[in-house]
Amino acid sequence: MLDSKQRITIKGTRDGLTLLIDDSCSFEEAVNELREKIAESRPNKEEPIVSVTVQLGNRYLNNVQKEHLRYLISEENRFTIHSFESNVVHKDEALAWREESEIKSVNKIVRSGQILNVTGDLLLIGDVNPGGKVISTGNIYILGNLRGIAHAGREGDRNAIIAASYMKPSQLRIADYISRAPDYEADGVYMECGLVDEKQDKIIIDRIQVLPHLRKDLSGFERRMHNG
Amino acid sequence: MGEAIVITSGKGGVGKTTTTANIGTALALMEKKVCLIDTDIGLRNLDVVMGLENRIIYDIVDVIEERCKLKQALIKDKRFESLFVLPAAQTSDKSSVTSTGMQKIINELKQDYDYIVIDCPAGIEQGFQNAIVGADKAIVVTTPEKSSVRDGDRIIGLLEKEDIDPPSLVINRIRNHMMKNGDMLDVDDIVQILSIDLIGIVTDDDEVIKASNQGEPVVIHPSSKASIAYRNIARRILGETVPLQSLEEKKSIFQKVKSFFGQRA
Repeated sequence: MLDSKQRITIKGTRDGLTLLIDDSCSFEEAVNELREKIAESRPNKEEPIVSVTVQLGNRYLNNVQKEHLRYLISEENRFTIHSFESNVVHKDEALAWREESEIKSVNKIVRSGQILNVTGDLLLIGDVNPGGKVISTGNIYILGNLRGIAHAGREGDRNAIIAASYMKPSQLRIADYISRAPDYEADGVYMECGLVDEKQDKIIIDRIQVLPHLRKDLSGFERRMHNG
Repeated sequence: MGEAIVITSGKGGVGKTTTTANIGTALALMEKKVCLIDTDIGLRNLDVVMGLENRIIYDIVDVIEERCKLKQALIKDKRFESLFVLPAAQTSDKSSVTSTGMQKIINELKQDYDYIVIDCPAGIEQGFQNAIVGADKAIVVTTPEKSSVRDGDRIIGLLEKEDIDPPSLVINRIRNHMMKNGDMLDVDDIVQILSIDLIGIVTDDDEVIKASNQGEPVVIHPSSKASIAYRNIARRILGETVPLQSLEEKKSIFQKVKSFFGQRA
């Protein structure tokens, strides 16, 4: 090779190996050098499997390329890829990410037979009447009366919550949990929220004031970053 | 140019036809030119309630299929010169009635009449669509029962999608003692759930059934409570401010209702 510049740098950390791939060379060049590097270092078979974090810098890898790297690194069964880290994301992914982390505010009454379905968090300014249904992939906040069905965390997010000014739902659903109103006539509750309790393995309803303790990451931008 | 008002409810048997007949007659009493249309094809009732069954020669299907002129199908009321009824067909073939056909009839009637009151069939199928297509305003009738309120809510949702003014609410068949005991939904509760303007409350009155069976809308006899309720609704349609009828001598519920009504303006 003409230039002596390293395209692949391997660093050992406490959590395993970090593989830095220079982002100015082509993917083929990087792959070739990586193959050599792996061939050079043949530790004996008794050593445990090492987890590798691949840092790509400003390089974007598509799924085929990622698969290729994964195959190459874990070929000898000595390494396993823990994660890929890249400074760039695909535009579609970024848009989907933004979609999922946004709060959609809707101002209407969801009446009997109507379904309001959103991606991300839902802020409904208005009521959900009996027979009406609101669904979101994230949390549901209702500034109004919840008398119908609310389904938070549609895609399986069990940490999602449902909060309402007035709660008298016919059903609450969070991810794959369902709870329904009791058979006897009961009064609704004001300023409460529904969330999944891990210990009891069911949906519980509690005062909104308990949320900061039970769902610490509910506020602010940080949670959205995590969700993405 | 007249105004077309559709009377609808979603659920059957809550009193759409009775309400149509009585509001229409009350408007005629106030010297308005009124035409009632029955759009419940196959199950016509409005003519029976009005006592005009024997006079039907042509019906709405004949008009749409151009077997007669619109004017030929209109039946003049026995009691009022300014009140007419366009009856539904009693055949079960509803397919000839289309939205465009209805629109045409209503547009034509609007030229000659002050108010066109449309009696809508139960349900949310094509018959419902036909009934609301030409309407400028809608009145939703409900009774103080959960199922009826639920269907009313569904209908309001559907009406909100149409090019039509926000609907008004009539609560029919109120039994005061049951409402007081909590065995029936409260007027307040219903208005809170449906969140539309309340235009009238009508008590459950034996006189209504008696009058219907005699083919005379109850509103003609000014003595009964229901009659006054319907007259009040007609006055509110004309733009007057009329306080809601007291359900009882004591004013507890009434005061609450009144405060709700006061919020409209």
